[in-house]
Amino acid sequence: MAERIIELKNITKSFGSVYALGGVSLHVDPGEVVGLIGDNGAGKSTLIKILAGVIKPTSGEIFVNGEVVNNWSPARSRAAGIETVFQDRALAVQQSIVRNIFMGRELAGRFGWLDLNKQVSEAERLMREIGFTSKVFSPNSIVGQLSGGERQGVAIARAILKQANLIVLDEPTTALSLTETAKVFHFVRQVRASGRSIVFIGHNIHHVYDIAERFVVIDRGRVAMEKRKSEIGSAQELIEYMEEVARPEQAKLEELV
Amino acid sequence: MADVAKVNPTTPAGRHINERPLRKFLFGNRAALGSLAVFVAMLLLFFVANPRVFSTWGLYAAVLTTLPVALFMTAPLVFVVTSGEIDLSFPAMMGLASLAFAVVVQAGYDPFVAIAAALGVGALVGFGVGALVVYGGLSSLVATLGMNFMLRGVILILTNSKSIAVPQLSDSLAFQITSTEVWGIPVQILWAAAFVIFCALLYNRHRFGAQVHVVGDNPDSANEMGINVNRTRVKVFAFMGVGAALAGVFSTMINFTWWPTSGDGYLLPVIASVFVGGTPPWGGIGTVIGGAIGALTVSFIQTGVVGAGLSGFYVQFFYGLIIILSLLGHRFNQTRYR
Repeated sequence: MAERIIELKNITKSFGSVYALGGVSLHVDPGEVVGLIGDNGAGKSTLIKILAGVIKPTSGEIFVNGEVVNNWSPARSRAAGIETVFQDRALAVQQSIVRNIFMGRELAGRFGWLDLNKQVSEAERLMREIGFTSKVFSPNSIVGQLSGGERQGVAIARAILKQANLIVLDEPTTALSLTETAKVFHFVRQVRASGRSIVFIGHNIHHVYDIAERFVVIDRGRVAMEKRKSEIGSAQELIEYMEEVARPEQAKLEELV
Repeated sequence: MADVAKVNPTTPAGRHINERPLRKFLFGNRAALGSLAVFVAMLLLFFVANPRVFSTWGLYAAVLTTLPVALFMTAPLVFVVTSGEIDLSFPAMMGLASLAFAVVVQAGYDPFVAIAAALGVGALVGFGVGALVVYGGLSSLVATLGMNFMLRGVILILTNSKSIAVPQLSDSLAFQITSTEVWGIPVQILWAAAFVIFCALLYNRHRFGAQVHVVGDNPDSANEMGINVNRTRVKVFAFMGVGAALAGVFSTMINFTWWPTSGDGYLLPVIASVFVGGTPPWGGIGTVIGGAIGALTVSFIQTGVVGAGLSGFYVQFFYGLIIILSLLGHRFNQTRYR
């Protein structure tokens, strides 16, 4: 078996006295689609921000291609071929589409001077590739003028700029229209067909069930379940399980009342 | 297919409407063009008030001699404001860097060595101020205000508030190439123009400029995309120091004297120039060329008001008037995207 693209081992993260994550392990193998699900505040976003190097874990180890890494950072995460489409899309809305796509990864010569023409033509190519074209905007349009779906398109185009090994999508369909959601799913299938891995985080279990091959359920900072699709009968079963996970707390509350 | 062709707003050349050269130029430079309009309108007003005075070249030459000092600081300050910060310590940076220049010249070294010393001191002080603001997690508004006082204090303590005369500059090669006149045009303005063009390219066509924009626009996103936000901010302050050093060198060259107050008078005019030029105060966008035009406008007000035959008491009123009118103009000329 090929080495795991990334593996997080026993990750904990506390904000002051609040534990957001209490020892979570997560790995992604080459070419698989992992569905990361859990209730609001379960720690999904914290976990993927640790994966992306944005948040430093309180403790735990990170392995890339089987080797432990130190000083994990956003730049290192991207250099390792991990691209993240953040929930808030991480765009600079006063800047052009091109500048957003090449944010932190500008095409420049030896002395740092930008190759603007190449950036524009690359941006056009990427936008065509993900079916994200319009007569209304051009690569030099300001992101602030775009709709939510179009902005998501910019964030996705940025994620596939380099041949990433792993693309992490944090709630990519939130606040999108049906056609825009369909576009995102089309994109996910495209990426999977090209043999790259995906971590898909979502609220809509039906969506996640359709797309993912392996499911990791996070509940209150811990992994509550990890199963392959073959081990689960249907999306309904997954939903029932999620409800069961949420129940103990409810039961406790009822006892108190 | 016919439908597509009908709704497709491309030019015959197949360009997207936003990519048409003229449209692209107008939209890409609307803030700078707005500032240019303000400047031209102001100039016309002065000209109408007193056509005789405003037809003489001497008046313009006078402005072009002093304007460069402001330009060397206005352009880097556009970077600072775009990065979402402000610097109020550049006058003291200018004073300190030009002190180094004057001391090295007075010690008998070649002025080129002195220029290098000034640039070194400017960059170092700018780096220090930037590191304090960024790694100390301080508000740049308050911290640089404090640093301006403190660095000026250092200057006064070091020199006992005595000025330094450097008449030996007048026959140096450095003076010949930086501070003489060619066909009636002060050479300083050519250097300053070259610096402004370099800054504009750095701002729009260099990785550094691109990252300054993004950091000022959305620092969290910049960080998430692997840009070292803190380092970018510190670099911006160091660059401010370099600009202030150049300003100090040119100012000392013009006067053959270094004064302990060197730089003090530039604080408000340079800040006003940046905003009159069309760089908004919230960060993320701006214009170097606009800032240069803003500096031209601001430095012309005093000469213009007096030249137009008004008493000097009107100067401050016109400063304020131009600043407010420009801000109103830019307010309607630019939309803020969030």
